[in-house]
Amino acid sequence: MFYREAGQFKTTYRADQAVFPIRQDQIFIVVWLAVGFFLVPLISSEYLLRAILIPFLILALAALGLNLLVGYCGQLSLGTGGFMAVGAYAAYNLCVRIPQLNPLIAFLLAGGVATLVGIGFGIPSLRIKGYYLAVATLAAQFFLDWVFSRVAWFTNNTPSGSISAPPVTLFRFTFDTPVRKYLLCLAFLVLFAAIAKNLVRGRIGRAWMATRDMDVAAEIIGIRPMYAKLSAFAISSFVIGVAGGLWAFVHLGSWEPLAFDVNRSFSILFMVIIGGLGSILGSILGAAFITVLPLMLNQLPEWLGVPISTAMISNLETMTFGSLIVFFLIVEPLGLARLWRIAKEKMRLWPFPY
Amino acid sequence: MPKLFAAKTLLLAAAVTGALGATSDSKAQADEQFIPALVYRSGPYAPNGIPFANGYADYLTLINERDGGINGVKIAFEECETGYATDRGVECYERLKSRGPTGAAAFSPLSTGITYALTEKVSADKIPLITMGYGRSESVDGSVFMWNFPLLGTYWDAADVLIQHIGNLNGGLDKLKGKKIALVYHDSPYGKEPIPLLQERARRHGFELMTIPVTHPGVEQKAAWLQIRQARPDYVLLWGWGVMNSTAIKEAVAVNYPRDHMYGVWWAGAEPDVLPAGADAKGYNALALQHSAGQTSVHADILKYVYGKGKGAGEKDEVGQVLYNRGMINAMLLVESIRTAQGKYGKKPLTGEQVRWGIENLNLDQKRISQVGMAGMLQPFKVSCHDHAGAHHARIHQWDGTKWVFASGWIEADQGVIRPMVDAAATKYAKEKNLTRRDCGGN
Repeated sequence: MFYREAGQFKTTYRADQAVFPIRQDQIFIVVWLAVGFFLVPLISSEYLLRAILIPFLILALAALGLNLLVGYCGQLSLGTGGFMAVGAYAAYNLCVRIPQLNPLIAFLLAGGVATLVGIGFGIPSLRIKGYYLAVATLAAQFFLDWVFSRVAWFTNNTPSGSISAPPVTLFRFTFDTPVRKYLLCLAFLVLFAAIAKNLVRGRIGRAWMATRDMDVAAEIIGIRPMYAKLSAFAISSFVIGVAGGLWAFVHLGSWEPLAFDVNRSFSILFMVIIGGLGSILGSILGAAFITVLPLMLNQLPEWLGVPISTAMISNLETMTFGSLIVFFLIVEPLGLARLWRIAKEKMRLWPFPY
Repeated sequence: MPKLFAAKTLLLAAAVTGALGATSDSKAQADEQFIPALVYRSGPYAPNGIPFANGYADYLTLINERDGGINGVKIAFEECETGYATDRGVECYERLKSRGPTGAAAFSPLSTGITYALTEKVSADKIPLITMGYGRSESVDGSVFMWNFPLLGTYWDAADVLIQHIGNLNGGLDKLKGKKIALVYHDSPYGKEPIPLLQERARRHGFELMTIPVTHPGVEQKAAWLQIRQARPDYVLLWGWGVMNSTAIKEAVAVNYPRDHMYGVWWAGAEPDVLPAGADAKGYNALALQHSAGQTSVHADILKYVYGKGKGAGEKDEVGQVLYNRGMINAMLLVESIRTAQGKYGKKPLTGEQVRWGIENLNLDQKRISQVGMAGMLQPFKVSCHDHAGAHHARIHQWDGTKWVFASGWIEADQGVIRPMVDAAATKYAKEKNLTRRDCGGN
């Protein structure tokens, strides 16, 4: 009833090819953007912004990057944490060694560095695939971890290995308050989501998906696997590198190599799987599930006024979180994005499903 | 099925919104001093995190139960689980920093990684950070690190005391020439912290320093101890935490490295570290941060007022363990700082900024230490703007198979070696962050 596209006629090819062809979707996304950019900063507490929303947005960006590689191109990667670290340390080193460089530009340059590293570690994907590629990228993760904790040059010879980032500024405007940081992260996420959405609709995205679905067939119809796979590694690493820079500069402020260890790679891969492989929305939903849910579970007993010991809460948190993952994967193996799509189909027919 | 699912989702959503609405119901009342606790009662560091958290909690409960608060101001207290993870620690900090009528009094994260992550946040939020026996070594310099208080000593002090002790055993520091000392460390800011001092000492006295990192959480150390078996260093310094310590002692047994040539930092010298290795741990040495295990009159009060009323945080027979005592001392130092600050600002809940003044002007003399019931557990000390640690001495204690016994007298870390390093590191930090040094005046 609310979600019926009857009466919406497309008179041009252009209108038919829009990102959101249904009017309700267009309204919906505008409302969401308005909520994100205007309402949330107005009503959110500092805790909500700093401890929940900012990490969620940055990890959603990283999940988006990984989804381009895993979900769209079918190349399994366990090196996300390492590529985020490349972004973070590249941005740090650029800022420290070229003091007049703006951190925002440094993020983009750091994304470029991550792209190069990503292409380097993507080369094995030309020969191996599936689980073997996962192991090769896992090696990348461990190698990058090792480099950043052992080679003192990357941490500007800090004895403890923990480094702290300079403030992020733009034309004498400093992103220091939680609201400003939140808006910066949201802007990055929206920008990259728009770019990604348009990439996957176009020639490059189709080449990726063809490679994912059957690489031999894709090669026969004229898609060069080397180009498709390496471009997926490159673009994915760029986005992940930018997310790494944001994670270090905007969220953590000061960090050690452990912030980008293999657990980070796993959690981002889980976001992609739970959110939905091959879906932009899925990356965001998955990130929300993995980052926000444990924190909510941790605080739920207190909100409900149930006195439980701290140790018990944290054990319960892990158990509930684990069983929820299993639950969602059984209910909908294709991810949260698929659940949303089903809901949308039902809404289009409601209240007359037959 | 879909209908049922939708109904469930709705229910869940309702429960969550309801719960969110209820957050404002805070435990703290208008006249209470809020003290947060970042703890880890789960994960690989829990064996060490639990006794510390219990000691901290029990002492605060004692103050409420026995004295009715600090000069009548009740303490509101809340724990948050960090699991020793930096990102969760920062989340806990954000969660707790503005609880209570005046916000958090001070944070003690019990993690050097979290300390590094919070150092800049606390100065923006004006909340002091008490890092008792851990944290950044250069934060001793209060003129740059206004909000950090590494009370009772830093890792540079710890490493220095250990080297001096080893020197004493060999008949003087100059006798260390040609010796080989290995540092087996937790590969994190915590474990890396002593390296600059050890390098400086190695340069001065001509011993060879081997640094052997162990990756978090430290249950896999075969490679590290293989290196030790090959190189046979004269002494092994252990900078571990949690399961890493007991694993290290077991590995030392496996490669037959003599335990009495192993020296742990004060975080590698408690019961959970040696008990898993059983009788094999006998002879293992570690630093004692002032105190060791054992009970004094404050423990009798805790047993009476806290455990007697069934309000204890842990098990009764664990009262008086090394880490329990350390948690208790940490809480005591904060309580005494608040008391000091109350002398200036009045007997009411204080803000972090006011508590900071209290810590900086904390002066614990022998009389006061006896009054709080901790005679013999720590030496008198005084904090100042110039010296945010206050004390720089420690003793060595040794595990005799059943208990810890002191194996050395008090050894003072040589500030002639450490202070220039502190100044250099603090100046570098100030320059990086564009801070101007605060004038410390005469003290």
